[in-house]
Amino acid sequence: MKEILNLTALQLGAAIRKGEVSPVEATRAALEQIEERKADNAFTALTAETALQRAEAVGKKIAAGELTAPLAGVPLGIKDNICTKGVSTTCASKILTGFEPPYDATLVEKLDALGAVSLGKLNMDEFAMGSTTETSFYGPTHNPWDAGRVPGGSSGGAAAAVAARSCWYAIGSDTGGSIRQPAAYCGVTGIKPTYGTVSRYGLIAYASSLDQMGPLARDAADCAAVLDAVMGKDPRDGTSLDVPAVGLLSGLTGDVRGMKIGIPADCFGDGLDPEVKKSVLAVADVLKARGAELVEFTFPVMEYVVPTYYIIAAAEASSNLSRFDGVKYGWRAEGYEDLTDLYSKTRTEGFGAEVKRRILLGTFVLSSGYYDAYYKKALQVKGLIKQAFDDAFGKCDLMLTPVAPTTAPKIGESLSDPLQMYLSDIYTVSVNLAGLPGLSMPCGFDSKGMPIGAQLIGPALGEAKVLNAAHAFQLDTDYHKQSPVEKEAR
Amino acid sequence: MKITTEMVDYISVLSRLKLPQEEKEQMTGELERIIGYMDTLNALDTGGVEPMSHVFPVKNVLREDQVVPSFDRAELLKNAPKADEEAFLVPKTVE
Repeated sequence: MKEILNLTALQLGAAIRKGEVSPVEATRAALEQIEERKADNAFTALTAETALQRAEAVGKKIAAGELTAPLAGVPLGIKDNICTKGVSTTCASKILTGFEPPYDATLVEKLDALGAVSLGKLNMDEFAMGSTTETSFYGPTHNPWDAGRVPGGSSGGAAAAVAARSCWYAIGSDTGGSIRQPAAYCGVTGIKPTYGTVSRYGLIAYASSLDQMGPLARDAADCAAVLDAVMGKDPRDGTSLDVPAVGLLSGLTGDVRGMKIGIPADCFGDGLDPEVKKSVLAVADVLKARGAELVEFTFPVMEYVVPTYYIIAAAEASSNLSRFDGVKYGWRAEGYEDLTDLYSKTRTEGFGAEVKRRILLGTFVLSSGYYDAYYKKALQVKGLIKQAFDDAFGKCDLMLTPVAPTTAPKIGESLSDPLQMYLSDIYTVSVNLAGLPGLSMPCGFDSKGMPIGAQLIGPALGEAKVLNAAHAFQLDTDYHKQSPVEKEAR
Repeated sequence: MKITTEMVDYISVLSRLKLPQEEKEQMTGELERIIGYMDTLNALDTGGVEPMSHVFPVKNVLREDQVVPSFDRAELLKNAPKADEEAFLVPKTVE
């Protein structure tokens, strides 16, 4: 394998600025690697030619000193639910077949302005609904550590591509864990920032009050560099927050002395795989050795987070997905009798089973007679969950939890029992309900050789603390440097 | 809570979905299990708790009303499954 594929995004960016590697060489290397790793099925669309042209143009601007950003010229992949002008954007759904957005998402505009080179679009669970990337219309993505296992989801293509060294970083989206859980299953680092810090303009909505975009990359420093580039207020997203660019990358000191790391006992109880538990708790020891303090407390809302999340997410999904009707974009069924029949036929044949399940569930919890018992109740419990986090952050600076109860399951194991799949989201969904930043980083391997992830959760706008603690951990460990590609070559 | 196929029929109409019989029966069972699990929340006393729709206190995001160009119509219509030069085409809805 080419040496440059093993560089981090920041290392490649630095090599490009020094003139040691050109963006075209990097892009070619990535495209070759994608071809070699075709069986991963990580991409839904490749834009090889445009990428090479773009790399050429970006290279000239870097040489002329017009582009100086840390990640200028570094190739990336973009999840297929993020709008890219003129480039297929399908949410991995049949119903959006052929859709080429007439505009770029704000995040894509921002990355472009800094000299990013996109290689193409990344596979995902259909409309980001799923935890395995098996519900994609384009077939499942395979975990680069074991092709018989799932990469996690819904940003499974993003996590697999970064792990397989097919790109240096990727943009994913996270509504209930969709960046963090695949990052954990594939042994990469990913962060969902505070709700509102990254504009959602151009992100095809699943559950608008929970959706956020963020990076998946080789390490915490790369994630910090990406967030520095994409955060900020956007007039086109009314929920975006007016937070100043915070210099996340320059703030990475690795100094965690006096930082209080909270360990919620309720996140380490029944149902957690013992190997995962051991590796996640070992993170606390590493941070303690660097001068952090450990605080244990209870977090008594864990059994309510999954039902609350699925009620709210499904309710919003049933509303958001009503726009897919076979009229304005995408795919339309044939043989309809009238307009209503056109809608029903298109939606019934165009959506997959999991999407239909959530639309029906959401319609049910919002329907008259059940609204108060389910939807309103869930919004009340959301308030209690937010309160539980407020209490926790009165006692600590960051929380340390698992990302998922187990490592990556085998392909085909999860879809037969949807409820069981929902339950596996227990450690990630509460973070979205409370709008908080959450990061997933590699912290070990189980006896089958599959990566284990640890989650660091910060208070609102606590990205700097979260990234700094992860950076500190990565200074002392090398789990994040392990690669499935090298493992295969051995 | 018991979920019947009639209830699934009703929410399917609201959702503009028309599930084939076999898929409908399977979905009924799955929804019953999922909704049964959601009843876990009933164990919590939420009397007096305000429903929380947005976690941050962001309200009334206003801006100046400015005239800006709209998207190019031809560009937008390019994505439609069926269109002529100026509109989306659908079956006749009014006699």
